Amino acid sequence: MNENPPAGRASATAPPVARLIEAFHRLPGIGPKSAQRLTYHLLRAPEAEARSLAQAIVELKERIILCSVCQNVTEADPCGICSDPARDRSTICVVEEPLDILALERSGGHRGLYHVLHGAISPMDGIGPEDLKVSQLVARLRKGGVNEVIMATNPNLEGEATAMYVGRLLTPLGARVTRLARGLPVGADLEYADDLTLARALEHRQEV
Amino acid sequence: MPQPLRVYKTPAIVLRQRKLGDADKIVTLYTANLGKLDAVAKGVRRVTSRLAGPVEPLSHGSFLLAHGRNLDIITQAQSIEAFQPLREDLSRLSRALYAAELVDRFTEERAENFALYRLLLDTLRRLAQRDDLDLVLRYFEMALLGQLGYRPELRQCVVCTTALEATANSWAPSAGGVVCPRCRPGETALRSLSVNALKVLRLLQGDSYADIGRLRVDPDLANEIERHLRDAIHYALERDVRSAAFVDAVRRQVRRAAARAEPGPSPS
Repeated sequence: MNENPPAGRASATAPPVARLIEAFHRLPGIGPKSAQRLTYHLLRAPEAEARSLAQAIVELKERIILCSVCQNVTEADPCGICSDPARDRSTICVVEEPLDILALERSGGHRGLYHVLHGAISPMDGIGPEDLKVSQLVARLRKGGVNEVIMATNPNLEGEATAMYVGRLLTPLGARVTRLARGLPVGADLEYADDLTLARALEHRQEV
Repeated sequence: MPQPLRVYKTPAIVLRQRKLGDADKIVTLYTANLGKLDAVAKGVRRVTSRLAGPVEPLSHGSFLLAHGRNLDIITQAQSIEAFQPLREDLSRLSRALYAAELVDRFTEERAENFALYRLLLDTLRRLAQRDDLDLVLRYFEMALLGQLGYRPELRQCVVCTTALEATANSWAPSAGGVVCPRCRPGETALRSLSVNALKVLRLLQGDSYADIGRLRVDPDLANEIERHLRDAIHYALERDVRSAAFVDAVRRQVRRAAARAEPGPSPS
């Protein structure tokens, strides 16, 4: 929206300061004002703080790789979850993004392994199944030992399309493919629920 | 100072959405009386959002919008038709997304076109209900080309303007129609056009889908017609339609599944 870099005139800001403001501005959710505030905060902060931030960013790019099993971001390969002997290896939960694993782990409801697709099928954006980590998932199932694949992609159009497409690909490989249920969020009022969610909640109702 | 109304209400079909910030999305609507417009749907990535369902792509709903500084903001939305069958079947879904992408790519913002809105709505309904999905899509493509001023010339040769005969003519997507055998030398980018394909293409230019719905087209002919119309769209848009790849991918998946279900003697 803002065409000009937020640094202002070149003469008003020293080039290193302007460069950092611009770098922050490129991050998601950071506007021109926030970029300036972050930069001036670092300018006044102790050098150790700035160094540790720089170090963390460098390490992020140098040390982080994708787990060769589940494709999650990790420092060690295979990742902590894939190498944990306590986890159930016969169940794989398929998610769109690494952050989804964090959410599912917080819930404590899944004791099996994961698989990160790194996106969802989005035909209009030109993202097809071949752009996702689908072949790696198929290879995992071919190795055997997997009884159930839980499709935990987002409950929106792209997530549904991905779940359907990948599900169809996996069914012939012998595993049971399931999908997360859709329904009412915990703590909400029925009166404010949207029609679609309510219809799905009725459809997937359970014995009390 | 007289000010325009702060909010306005319109029925619309959601063409697509893209993420904005943490929890918001920019939603592209095709409205009944304002044409295509982008609007912000706030907080729709949160689980508790009431707006999230009605702003899903391919939903038909009634929208209340407020004028925003940059983009307008969707303040309320109610679903009229969610087209549930489209969302539960990849063959239907992939084609519906293709139709929505075509409308998105062929239109400018805030250029009113009620006929196009009707056409998209009817097409989504047909894709949700009928089984002749490819024919529905071909009719949509032909009608879309017609409404936007790219109606292919199927009665006379685009070079010499003599009436076309029931013989092997050529499809000339770059010239917007058909070239007769006499004019073929000297023309470029031609595709051979069978007599039957020409007949079906003419039928597709008809006014109502009711006549076409009864048509039975064999797979080879269907392929030929699909290719010709995709070529015509490619020339009109000057770019490829991205969702077409997904339509093809789903079709291949359906064929593979059918082949597995019937391990017949001919695997071709």
